[in-house]
Amino acid sequence: MPPLARWYVKCAIVYFLTALLLGILQAAHRPLGLSPIAAAAGPAQLHLLVVGWITSMIFGVAYWMFPKYSAAAPRGIDAVAIATFICLNVGLVLRVAVEPVLALRPAAGGLLGWLLVCSAVLQWMAGIGFVVNTWPRIKGP
Amino acid sequence: VPRPSVWLLRAALLHLALGFTVGAVLLAHKGIPFAPEAALLLRPAHRELLLVGWTIQLVMGVAFWIFPRRRLSGSPYGRESLAWLAFALLNAGLWLAIAGSANVPWLVLVGRVAEVGAAAAFAANLWGRVRAFGLSQI
Repeated sequence: MPPLARWYVKCAIVYFLTALLLGILQAAHRPLGLSPIAAAAGPAQLHLLVVGWITSMIFGVAYWMFPKYSAAAPRGIDAVAIATFICLNVGLVLRVAVEPVLALRPAAGGLLGWLLVCSAVLQWMAGIGFVVNTWPRIKGP
Repeated sequence: VPRPSVWLLRAALLHLALGFTVGAVLLAHKGIPFAPEAALLLRPAHRELLLVGWTIQLVMGVAFWIFPRRRLSGSPYGRESLAWLAFALLNAGLWLAIAGSANVPWLVLVGRVAEVGAAAAFAANLWGRVRAFGLSQI
């Protein structure tokens, strides 16, 4: 299993646990009177699961197990694969950190809003990077 | 990679790119609002593209490719026509559902029926291949 695939899978597991823990906080926020930020983290929790857990796991396993591109570059362009990993994770963490705060204090806008735009661009770049690097590895008979 | 899987996997990648693009627009709009009506219209498309177009289609493509094969001669992947039918119905269904999400409920209904047809065709192909490794006698 190549190092980048290990990183993907380990990050995916961390996101999985984090998302479920956040689910506990959301469920507990009313009965225990926790900070409303837990309740505002609904979309962030959903994306921790679908981007952090499911998509990271798919990206990691596909990078590892899809047919090799060539003998010289079995997993496509390494720089693109690494950039994809960094963009996906930085973008997701930025979203999870910023979105609930912005939902509670929309007037704060400004910098927080632009950070969310950065998160959107980073995650988009990750998606495109994965497609670019994986496409040539899907070869017919 | 068998040809139906190549098409399923490449279509999944295209839907990933589209779904992430729509998702990026929605998230950026949350940060710096610029098109509230468009955001409402794009949300169902974002879900459909990434759930059906990307995740489900990827799973179907990989399953058709790596599940145990039926036999060495003939068609090792079972009836490929069923996989092609599943591919066509899934993609038609998801795009009809996306088109219908702009307030045309009967299009969404037709899309969902097509998606069920895709699932049935896929299941009919894969069912006999879900078994222990090794070539079967059937």
